[in-house]
Amino acid sequence: MSELTGYNFAYLDEQTKRMIRRGLLKAVAVPGLQVPFGGREMPLPYGWGTGGIQVTAAIIGDDDCLKVIDQGADDTTNAVSIRRFFAKTAQVATTEVTEDASIIQTRHRIPETPLVSGQILVYQVPIPEPLRFIEPRETETRKMHALSEYGVMHVKLYEDIAQFGQIATAYAYPVMVNGRYVMDPSPIPKFDNPKMHQNPALQLFGAGREKRLYAVPPYTDVVSLDFEDHPFEIQRWDGVCELCGADDTFLDEVVVDDQGARMFVCSDTHHCRSRRGEDA
Amino acid sequence: MREPILTARDVTREYAPGQGCLGVSLDVWPGEVLGIVGESGSGKSTLLRLLSGQESPDSGTLQFIDRHQTVWDLCSSSESDLRYLGRTEFGIIHQNPRDGLRLRISAGGNIGERLMGVGERHYGDIRAEAEKWLAEVEIDPSRIDDRPAVFSGGMQQRLQIARNLVTHPKLVFMDEPTGGLDVSVQAKLLDTLKRLVHDLGISVVIVTHDMGVARLLADRLLVMKSGQVIESGLTDQVLDDPHAAYTQQLVASILQVN
Repeated sequence: MSELTGYNFAYLDEQTKRMIRRGLLKAVAVPGLQVPFGGREMPLPYGWGTGGIQVTAAIIGDDDCLKVIDQGADDTTNAVSIRRFFAKTAQVATTEVTEDASIIQTRHRIPETPLVSGQILVYQVPIPEPLRFIEPRETETRKMHALSEYGVMHVKLYEDIAQFGQIATAYAYPVMVNGRYVMDPSPIPKFDNPKMHQNPALQLFGAGREKRLYAVPPYTDVVSLDFEDHPFEIQRWDGVCELCGADDTFLDEVVVDDQGARMFVCSDTHHCRSRRGEDA
Repeated sequence: MREPILTARDVTREYAPGQGCLGVSLDVWPGEVLGIVGESGSGKSTLLRLLSGQESPDSGTLQFIDRHQTVWDLCSSSESDLRYLGRTEFGIIHQNPRDGLRLRISAGGNIGERLMGVGERHYGDIRAEAEKWLAEVEIDPSRIDDRPAVFSGGMQQRLQIARNLVTHPKLVFMDEPTGGLDVSVQAKLLDTLKRLVHDLGISVVIVTHDMGVARLLADRLLVMKSGQVIESGLTDQVLDDPHAAYTQQLVASILQVN
């Protein structure tokens, strides 16, 4: 891709990147703690990944290889745009192959292919505060985190069971990180929650609008909250992926024509394609 | 025999010179109901906030003995200790139930919150306990999944009581618990309170300006004026034989319906 002049490497200026890196170091040191940072205006709207893109810009280097996914797919607008953004501003290599990537920026999925040590997963986060639904005051939620007052998190799960007979929260399912901080894992499906536990890769979270960073270092305990008599469960499907036949992946329901016909396919496009032998 | 569970000595909190709570000393004994009466602005509610650790005094000492006989100095305790006490040993019943309830959470969730706050993690147990407490405060247990927003004022107040008593606190603070309720609902609420307090053997500090409530519930009475305690004693003694001029006025102001 042609080089862009007039911009610093990876778009952000060096001072900003240093500020974000300082925040990330603190976030890694205290797993699950939300670290405030001076979020910058990015050339895309809030909610499209401004937090994730700033984290990626702060950590990306010449020799990195970037993969961007949006709900597991490499080929959707958001993923393609952010991938091209870094190809242009940082001239880094990009890939769709999970194994080849050193940095994976993700919007709400964890790749099906197990990550390895040395890889970094960057999450885009809309609302970083898991206690926000019950406590609108920021001063109060910070105090609750500081004092580990997490009883109210179970009130939400209680309400789910009382209303639906089961824990109906299907995404942004709250987790306890390293036995200390309750964290919102960003709106990943709860199907992906177990993958965060003891993951060899570094997981970084950036919330652009709320201006918060947090992290899960490699090999950290991440436990989904639950009740003794209603244990945490992940989603299951009756069918299999209609393209690759996988029965152990997160499936998307896709409408295929205007007659209401639909099919279930893997949400992770790279995983599905490589199972079908189409991987380059 | 037993020691007072809460001891206050010369507790002062001044918002402005002469305003607030000035040098109040009192003891709360296990199982007793202590009434605090006085006119608006006499420092009743301030005293209640000081005693319950929601506010810290300018000077004076506050000592609390919990169920494990641990002695807490409330003035020098950390905020985290005070909040722990607030969840386990204390109950606080607000005048307006909307201050003490989570209106968007079902009645069962409201009662269960304190249980979950102290580490209860079994849904079935929490729900059974919530149903038991709804029955205890005379709310139909079938309304467990209704939100308090659709309850009447009296039911909300009773739900607030259930929510506070579910973890069996040792000391409950009530700020005008019957304010804003009509007379028949007040009477029912007082009956419920009297029964629960008696059955559970909890201590209560109740702030009220309603002499009828004081006479019905309180074992002992403190009369406050301008931030100071001007008279104290057994409820019947204070109300039948008031010494201070202000108390005499206060007692005389009760409407006699004969």
